[in-house]
Amino acid sequence: MNITTLLFIILSVVAAFAGIMMITSKNPVHSILWLIVVFFAISGHYIMLNAQFLAIVNIIVYAGAIMVLFLFVVMLMNLNADTEPVKNYRLRLIGVISGGSLLLVLLAALMDIDKQQLVQMNVGDAGLIKELGKNLFTNYVLPFEISSVLFLSAMIGAVIIGKKQ
Amino acid sequence: MDIKAYIALSLVLFSIGMVGILMRRNAIIIFMCVELMLNAVNLLLVAFSKMHAVGEAAKALPTVASDAQIFVFFIMVVAAAEVSVGLAIIVMLYRNTHSIDVNFLNRLKN
Repeated sequence: MNITTLLFIILSVVAAFAGIMMITSKNPVHSILWLIVVFFAISGHYIMLNAQFLAIVNIIVYAGAIMVLFLFVVMLMNLNADTEPVKNYRLRLIGVISGGSLLLVLLAALMDIDKQQLVQMNVGDAGLIKELGKNLFTNYVLPFEISSVLFLSAMIGAVIIGKKQ
Repeated sequence: MDIKAYIALSLVLFSIGMVGILMRRNAIIIFMCVELMLNAVNLLLVAFSKMHAVGEAAKALPTVASDAQIFVFFIMVVAAAEVSVGLAIIVMLYRNTHSIDVNFLNRLKN
């Protein structure tokens, strides 16, 4: 077993374990912290795939901006394990069974590939900032500009919805 | 690394998000599970981009791998905009009902 396989297994186990802890912990603050662990593990996967730009953006945007926003909202509402609404046992069991069935069906459908397709690890310049920037500002410049309009409307929408009547 | 390993990992993360949506009643946790599912899909897209970075697809179109990663970048952009509006809705919900239990919303009235 080489070091890439070992790192892949470690990061995958960390991501899955932190995901399970996220959906099972009572305290919403703990859930948010576990989700940040998942995002760091996924960023590790991006670095292993040599997608360095996406790894950094994932850490800055998700773990940095979005999760801090979640933490702010949770602390603003003063939520903790005592105020946490819980579904009854039967409904939770039904949720786990249906999610597990989805996983089984998708795995059975997608693992049935005869040909072995390899993923290029640690090499390749497709994920570097130079390539991505050149492509983004030539072929994809119109979607890039339209996304600024999207952000503007999201900002206005958030202010109008969050405003006191 | 085989692509099947990445497919399996993404499916596990996606299913964890799905189970979280089905078994929690806290609106914030449900929202975080949606983020987890988006991230699982992003990981799979990056893995597929690196799968097609060599071989016939790359010969036909040299920018095929960075196209896929730009797609992931736009998913992140949309997710950031979605989170800002969604959290504003949750804050408004909390201000009106003093709870973030989604079962309070089943009537969409009062």
